[in-house]
Amino acid sequence: MNVTGKDLVALLPLLILAATAVVVMLAVAVHRSHAVSAALTLVGLAISFGSLWIAGPQLPRQVTPLLVLDGYALFYTGLILAAGMVFVLLAYGYFEKFEDDHDELYILMLVATLGSAVLVSSSHFVSLFLGLELLSVALYGMIAYPRHRPLPLEAGIKYLVLAAVSAAFLLFGMALIYGALGTMQFDEIGARLTRTDFDRWLVLPGMALIVTGFGFKLAVVPFHLWTPDVYEGAPAPVAGYIATVSKGAMFALLLRYFYRTAAHELAPLFLLFSIIAIASMFAGNILALLQKNVKRILAYSSIAHLGYLLVAFQASGDLAPTAVAFYLVAYFVTTLGAFGVVGVLSDDTEDADSLEAYKGLFWRRPVVGGIFTAMLFSLAGIPVTAGFIGKFYVVAAGASAAMWGLVIILVITSATGLFYYLRIVVAMYSEAGQVKAAPAIAQPETWVLIFLSASLVFLGLFPQPLLELIRNLARG
Amino acid sequence: MILPCLIVVPLAAGVLAWAAERRSASAARWIALIAVLADFLLTLFLWISNSHGGFTTWYAQTDWAWIPQFGIRFHLAVDGLSLLLLMLTFFLGALSILASWREIDEAVGFFHLNLLWILAGIAGVFLAVNLFLFYFAWELMLVPMYFLIAIWGHENRVYAAVKFFIFTQLSGLLMLIAILGLFFLHHGATGVYTFEYRDLLSTPMSPKAEMWMMLGFFAAFAVKLPVVGLHTWLPDAHTEAPTAGSVILAGLLLKTGAYGMLRFVLPLFPHAAQAFSPVAMALGAAGILYGALLAFGQSDLKRLVAYTSVSHLGFVLLGIFAWNGLSLQGALVTMICHGISTGALFILAGALQDRIHTREMDRMGGIWSTAPRLSGAALFFSLASLGLPGLGDFVGEFLVLLGTYRQSIILAVLAAIGVLFATFYALRLVQRAFQGPNTHNWRIPDLAPREGLVMALMIAVLLWLGVYPRPVLDTFRPAMTRLEQLAPGR
Repeated sequence: MNVTGKDLVALLPLLILAATAVVVMLAVAVHRSHAVSAALTLVGLAISFGSLWIAGPQLPRQVTPLLVLDGYALFYTGLILAAGMVFVLLAYGYFEKFEDDHDELYILMLVATLGSAVLVSSSHFVSLFLGLELLSVALYGMIAYPRHRPLPLEAGIKYLVLAAVSAAFLLFGMALIYGALGTMQFDEIGARLTRTDFDRWLVLPGMALIVTGFGFKLAVVPFHLWTPDVYEGAPAPVAGYIATVSKGAMFALLLRYFYRTAAHELAPLFLLFSIIAIASMFAGNILALLQKNVKRILAYSSIAHLGYLLVAFQASGDLAPTAVAFYLVAYFVTTLGAFGVVGVLSDDTEDADSLEAYKGLFWRRPVVGGIFTAMLFSLAGIPVTAGFIGKFYVVAAGASAAMWGLVIILVITSATGLFYYLRIVVAMYSEAGQVKAAPAIAQPETWVLIFLSASLVFLGLFPQPLLELIRNLARG
Repeated sequence: MILPCLIVVPLAAGVLAWAAERRSASAARWIALIAVLADFLLTLFLWISNSHGGFTTWYAQTDWAWIPQFGIRFHLAVDGLSLLLLMLTFFLGALSILASWREIDEAVGFFHLNLLWILAGIAGVFLAVNLFLFYFAWELMLVPMYFLIAIWGHENRVYAAVKFFIFTQLSGLLMLIAILGLFFLHHGATGVYTFEYRDLLSTPMSPKAEMWMMLGFFAAFAVKLPVVGLHTWLPDAHTEAPTAGSVILAGLLLKTGAYGMLRFVLPLFPHAAQAFSPVAMALGAAGILYGALLAFGQSDLKRLVAYTSVSHLGFVLLGIFAWNGLSLQGALVTMICHGISTGALFILAGALQDRIHTREMDRMGGIWSTAPRLSGAALFFSLASLGLPGLGDFVGEFLVLLGTYRQSIILAVLAAIGVLFATFYALRLVQRAFQGPNTHNWRIPDLAPREGLVMALMIAVLLWLGVYPRPVLDTFRPAMTRLEQLAPGR
């Protein structure tokens, strides 16, 4: 297959990302400087983000059998790039506190972002696996980056083992499906599944293994065991990156893969997804209640949020892609913000993740405390935040498909979830009158967090522009 | 443009009050007070300027597109029912700011921010005629209330605040499911996506679906009201909240539940509500008796008053579901008068706690000899609460009893027994706390002029409603007539 000039234009965002990684690597070889590396990365991401508008008119376009660049891919690539930029700004402030070389972090992060962008554009098992490995391999390094501290190292190794196992599951599943259907292209799989002349006993286990592989990356129950440890060990901004970019790209892929192949409508798989969704909502919310560590609470809460997303995914229908896209945007903003706050409060010895560290935070540092409150309320789905509209859309998607059982479980478990969000909020607002405002510390990341909170409120009050964008692009 | 002002003014003034705290705490208080008074004057203006027109329909509206493809609009409107409750909102709001003038001395600006935002949320609930907007406001008023209890409350505040928040959130989410169910049913029947109250009124649905939707709405409003069985958050929240929080909880938040029944449950689901009304009325009567009995057994002054709320709101529930002209009028008058008399009792309990640092009635007694004005006011509002003729509460309860008698004689008798119980708890309160010998030798300052003014205003309103409730009933009449006509098969 020939690649034409137009194909290259459509690929521009991905090409720029790859080029930026090379440029940063060369720059590091010439002169090591944290500020220069971060700035180059940021500029590269921004150019790549800008090139979405150049690539836009060429869409939709199938570039080689591997990648399909359509509105859906464009939307999620944009989301991933935006999250990448926020990550760079947060990580710069966080890692600046350490005495060490930090440049490679940005190279790894660019590679991971490239992998995620490939994932959301893939229409073939090969590109799926390629994107996944690009993402995972870079993540090992990012998690274990503060290599003099034991917790990140432990987390890095845990993630390595898990990702290797999940990749094995995924590969085996792909092999079974290829064996049964003779194709690795999503659309073709969908077409051949509508005929009945395939071997169900190869396809169903294959699909189940693929769901297992996806499940590990999404950290849904029962594949979630690694999540709290990795979140706790990873540096706060990296944990935020895993929670958002890695899971978000994976979910976008899940949606594309199953909607294109329509495999989730096979009765056993539908049941499997229902069980996973219910278990994630229950386990995520209930286990979070038992935690005393803020990063672990956020880890379990992200398990629950993926459960909510699966409810919308199950609903299919008109509303589901919109609900998922909006929910993911809200979840990205919120989760990056929450881990950003943890990062801002951390120092060079350890991350500020015990509940103790948050006592009276609002009275000591009203801005940071206020931002964290907004983030937690958004996670809990309280009005005026984007999380509320997101939850509203997810419940609406479930209701439109008349999945009342799942919707009621969603509602009950998310009310349980209030307990642990409120526990952090209570801690932040305790000791009124006893704590004096701390002298303001100039932290540039705070501005990023203020921007995130502002977007959170804007999306919560005026979701219309984003919904329009989703309607035009992300309906897949 | 008046209607958005009712919401925006408190929101903006809240931020302003928070910012003003740096200069002086009393600046924050004044800003809050002026903003609420301004809103009160606006509602008063709306009332007076429309009084000759007979309040026939929605008489002021604001309608802006919000998320148009889903039929979500920023649509506000008032009729007689919501206007009366809005006036009550800003009246009690102003009084609760005055009542906490001295009580709150930590984070004064943030306190007033929360207080004003609760009022804005409540105003939003009373004004919204788009179900999405209604749910938005409904959830929104919880957050500042949660902060109010959790930060400025008494000993067990965190427990009470979290319990309050989770009860109301969970029931609110059930309502959300019902709202969405209604929304999709309407779409299925007409092909139109809309959350507009007006459009959803005539949604065709099967009796079974109607019953489930009705129960979803009922659950949310029943927790707020509260209906007996779902009331357990109430004694905790009322007792632990600071004075202003208790006043707003009892006076206004509970009324949003009753308002929801009147505005949504009956008109949207008339047949299901009709079928359900025996159960709801029985729950109302049970609440009257249960609340009164438990109030009698309390030794904590604020807890006692909290349980009387359960009892009085039982009358409201009974009146709403008895669903005839008399009982509906009675329910409305009870809502307003309960807001004032119970609010006043909470203000007095707060004033007393400020002076003697306890709410235990065992530690009181003989307060009359040292603080006669405070004790006299307490006697007045206790008498109002037990339904003394000549005061507003009597009018409301009497009308509810009359209306109930037409539907069910047994329930009317039971409710009347509840009135008898009210005499016991109200007189016991006065006797144990204020009369008798001053065994603990309390020497406390009597009501200050500021507190005296608050009490005088509340006394005046209760007397007015007790002697001449016509203007209020006239304002409510068109809305009530519409409700009455909806009652199927009567």
